[in-house]
Amino acid sequence: MHETMVAQNLLAAISREAAKHNAKPVAARISCGTLYAVNDELLRFAFEAIARDTPCEGVRLEIEHKRVQGRCRSCNETFDVELSDPRCRACAAEDFELLPDPPLVLEQIELRTE
Amino acid sequence: MSKIDIGRRILSENEKYALDNGRLLSEGGKLCLNMISSPGSGKTTILVRTITELKEKIGIGVIEGDIQTDIDAERIRATEAPVVQINTEGGCHLNAAQVAGALKGLPMDKLDLIMIENVGNLVCPSAFELGENGKVVVLSVAEGDDKPAKYPAIFAKSKVLLINKIDLLTKGAAEDFDIERVKTDARRLNKEIRIFQISAKTGEGMSGWYDWLTEFVRNRQSQRA
Ligand SMILES: Nc1nc2c(ncn2[C@@H]2O[C@H](COP(=O)(O)OP(=O)(O)O)[C@@H](O)[C@H]2O)c(=O)[nH]1
Ligand SMILES: [Mg+2]
Ligand SMILES: [Zn+2]
Ligand SMILES: [Zn+2]
Repeated sequence: MHETMVAQNLLAAISREAAKHNAKPVAARISCGTLYAVNDELLRFAFEAIARDTPCEGVRLEIEHKRVQGRCRSCNETFDVELSDPRCRACAAEDFELLPDPPLVLEQIELRTE
Repeated sequence: MSKIDIGRRILSENEKYALDNGRLLSEGGKLCLNMISSPGSGKTTILVRTITELKEKIGIGVIEGDIQTDIDAERIRATEAPVVQINTEGGCHLNAAQVAGALKGLPMDKLDLIMIENVGNLVCPSAFELGENGKVVVLSVAEGDDKPAKYPAIFAKSKVLLINKIDLLTKGAAEDFDIERVKTDARRLNKEIRIFQISAKTGEGMSGWYDWLTEFVRNRQSQRA
């Protein structure tokens, strides 16, 4: 599963930031678009496996899924798209532009400071 | 404890390679399409037929993504089209770095169109940009008509939907596959998606797909950077 690749990139990013501050990371918050198909459980599992015996061992992951957004072609409103019923939240029009999926972002890390 | 805001994109490495691939393709005026479907929908069969019928008009090269084997690459090689195989060794999708390497292995000056057959999987490949100019999702009528509803991401992101194996419908197999439902569900998320109903086995419906492909190839050539 691609969660392994995400976990590797995430581990590298957290390690780099923690090293800058010379501190042990204890938690990380990430966000990603719903269309990214990141499965929380698989990501935590993959991360745990590769973090073993590294400074990232034991880091808690908080994963926030961001709804994909649409822009209405009738009223120009930008809104969260409900995939099971895709229509404008403001005027209910079904004609809208699907905006690009929010990227995977390392939002915040928590460091243990001695 | 101290909290530090980072705001760093995690897959920036992949994004960087994808941008480089895209630039390389634009400079040469090449069209590159990323084919995505479940295993067995007919991607390789569609490629073989497309190459066979268009090779006098368009130079086509193929990048074959596969978890383990090179069976599909062999099937492409039989058409005499240049092909580069990527074994992902268990990986559920191709990434842009692998494609960058594969592009180097193709005789680019002879090609107008590069088709990428992604790893058979309807979910993961949709999340990784390769630098392509468009995604082509393939759904065969044997898989059920609920797929766009269940896996919206790939249908939302694709330029083309190929509904394959329509020969099975007339034979009474897959008779509960509701093509109209698939089209409606796909278009709810993606107004621009082009839909072709085809049989890569009999050739039925393929000409619409060929026309679309040929026109897109010509467009890319005329926009050559
Ligand atoms: N009846 C029928 N079978 C097809 C068609 N296209 C492909 N197949 C068969 O479906 C199976 C899987 O095809 P393949 O091209 O390997 O699928 P891939 O895994 O998506 O590359 C093979 O046995 C093909 O012969 C079609 O249009 N009609
Ligand atoms: Mg195949
Ligand atoms: Zn995956
Ligand atoms: Zn509206």
